[in-house]
Amino acid sequence: MIAAESLIKQYGDTPVVDNVTASIQKGTMTTFIGPNGAGKSTLLSMVSRLLKRDGGSVSIDGMPMENFAEKELAQKMSILKQTNEMNVRLSVQDLVSFGRFPYSKGRLNEEDRKVVSDSIAFTELEEMKEKYLDQLSGGQRQRAFIAMILAQDTDYILLDEPLNNLDMRHSVQVMKVLRSLVDELGKTVVLVVHDINFASCYSDYIVAMKEGRVVKEGRTWEVIHPEHLKSIYDMDFQVQEINNQKICVYFS
Amino acid sequence: MDSKWKLMLIASLVAVLSILFLMIGADGNWEYVLPRRGRMLAAFALTGAAIAYSTIVFQTITGNRILTPNIIGLDSLYLLIQTFIIFVFGSLSYIMVQGNINFLLSTAAMIGFSFLFYKLLFQGEKRQLYFLLLVGFVLGTFFSSLSTFMQVLMDPNEFQNVQNRMFASFQRVQTDLLLLTGTAFAGLAFIGWRWRDYLDVLALGKDHAVNLGVAYDRIVRRLLILVAALISIATALVGPIMFLGLLVANVTYEMMRTHEHRWLLPAGMLTGMGALILGQIVVEHVFTFSTTLSVIINFIGGVYFLWLILKERKA
Repeated sequence: MIAAESLIKQYGDTPVVDNVTASIQKGTMTTFIGPNGAGKSTLLSMVSRLLKRDGGSVSIDGMPMENFAEKELAQKMSILKQTNEMNVRLSVQDLVSFGRFPYSKGRLNEEDRKVVSDSIAFTELEEMKEKYLDQLSGGQRQRAFIAMILAQDTDYILLDEPLNNLDMRHSVQVMKVLRSLVDELGKTVVLVVHDINFASCYSDYIVAMKEGRVVKEGRTWEVIHPEHLKSIYDMDFQVQEINNQKICVYFS
Repeated sequence: MDSKWKLMLIASLVAVLSILFLMIGADGNWEYVLPRRGRMLAAFALTGAAIAYSTIVFQTITGNRILTPNIIGLDSLYLLIQTFIIFVFGSLSYIMVQGNINFLLSTAAMIGFSFLFYKLLFQGEKRQLYFLLLVGFVLGTFFSSLSTFMQVLMDPNEFQNVQNRMFASFQRVQTDLLLLTGTAFAGLAFIGWRWRDYLDVLALGKDHAVNLGVAYDRIVRRLLILVAALISIATALVGPIMFLGLLVANVTYEMMRTHEHRWLLPAGMLTGMGALILGQIVVEHVFTFSTTLSVIINFIGGVYFLWLILKERKA
C-alpha cells in the first residue's frame, strides 16, 4: 500500500496540493481524475519523489519513503511522466534495458536480458526493438516507455497521463496493457487520466481532485455518478450503462 | 562497425599523428627535438583529454549539446584570479613564479566557485537551464569586468604578464606543471570512470534518472566538481580555449553514435588529443607559424558552433 499523509505543495502562496491524504491499495488500478490544475500530476510527482514536498509524508508498504535506499526504492516503485523528451538517440532495446539499471547498473546479466525481452514482448514491440525512438509513432513510443517501466519490475507503477497524444486505438492498447499488469502480474498501477470514460472502464478505484484537494474517492462504480461528476467538473454529465460499463456523456 | 573497433581506429590515428608530430622535420637533432616535442605532446594530450572529458560530462548533465563548461564563467574566473594575483602581489611574486602553487590556488578557487554555483542554482526546485546559463553568463561578465578594472590600474609591464595568460597558447605550454596536472588528471579520470554508467542514465534526464534509482543531487554535484577540476587543469596548462570542447564532444558523438559513456569518454579524450596534435602539425608545417593553434581551433569550432545552431533550429 502507498499511503500519502497530509501532502502539501505550494508555489509562493498558492497551494497546488493542499493537505491531501490518500491511500492506494496493492494489486489494484487507481486513477486520479479532475480538471486541469487540480494538482493530480503534482501529487503523483511528490509520491514518486520527483518533486520535493512542502509538508506531509509518504509511506510504502508501511515504511516511510525516506528509509528506503535509492536503489531499493527504484526496485519498488516506478514513475513515468507525461513528457519524455530525449536528448540521446536510443533504440527501443536500449531504452528498455535502462529499466534494469536499479538491479545491475548497466551490466546486464542473463536474467536482466530475459526480463527486457519479456517486457518488449508484453508491449508487442518485438518487431521494432532495433528501431530508434525517433522513428516510432507516438503510440509505439509510449509503449516503449511502458516497456522500460515494466523491465524495472516494480510492485508499484505510477503513470502521469500515459494516454497523452494517443489516438483511440493506441489509448485502448495502452490501457489494456496496464490492466493486464494488474490482472496477470499482480502489479499496482496508479495513473492520471483525463478521459473519464477510460477511468470508468478500466480502473478499480478513482480519486477525484479539485483545486488541490481530494473531493471524492472510492470504487469506480460509486464515483462515476452524475452528481459527483458535476461537483468535480462543474458541468452536467449523463451516465449510461453500456455493456455493463458506465459511460459518461458530456459533449453537449 | 561496433564501438570497440571505432575506438581502436581513433586510437591508432592519434598514435600516427603523435609520431608524425614528433618526427617531421627533426633532421636527426633528436636530443633537442624529442624532449621538447615530447613535453608539448604530453601537454596536448592532457589538455585535449581534460577538455573533452569535462565537456562530455557537462553536456550529459545539462542535456544540451551546444553548451560547454565555459558558460558558467570558469575561464573568466581563472583570468580574474591571475589578474588579482599579479595586481596584488606582482608578477615576480612567489605565487606567480611557482607554477604549481598558482595551479593549486586557481583550481581550488574554481572548484569552490562551481560548488557555490551549484548550491545556489541547482538546489532550488526549478532547475531551469536558461536561468543557469544566464546567471553563469552574467557572472562571467562580472569576473571579466573586475579583471579589466584591475588591468587598467596596473603597471603596463605587469599588464604584459596578464596578457600572456589571457589567450590560450600552445607555444608556451606551462611544462613545469605537467607532472602535477598529469597526476591530478589521472586521479580525476579514474574517479570519473566509475560513474560512467550513471552518466548513461543521467543523459535520459532528471526524472528518469531519479526513477531509476540514481541519487541525482549527489551525483550531479560530484560530477560538476569533477568538471571544474578538469577545466582548471586545461586552463592552467594552456589558457582559456573557447570552442575546443564543443568541437571535440560533438565530433565524438557523430563518430561513435552510441549513448554509452564507457565508449564516449575514451573516444572523446582521444579525439581531443588528436585535434590538438593535428592542429599543431598544420600550424607548424602548413602555416609555418604564421598563425596559432588557438586561432585555428576557435575558427573551426566557431563555424561548427554556428552550424550546430542552424541545424538545431531546423530540427
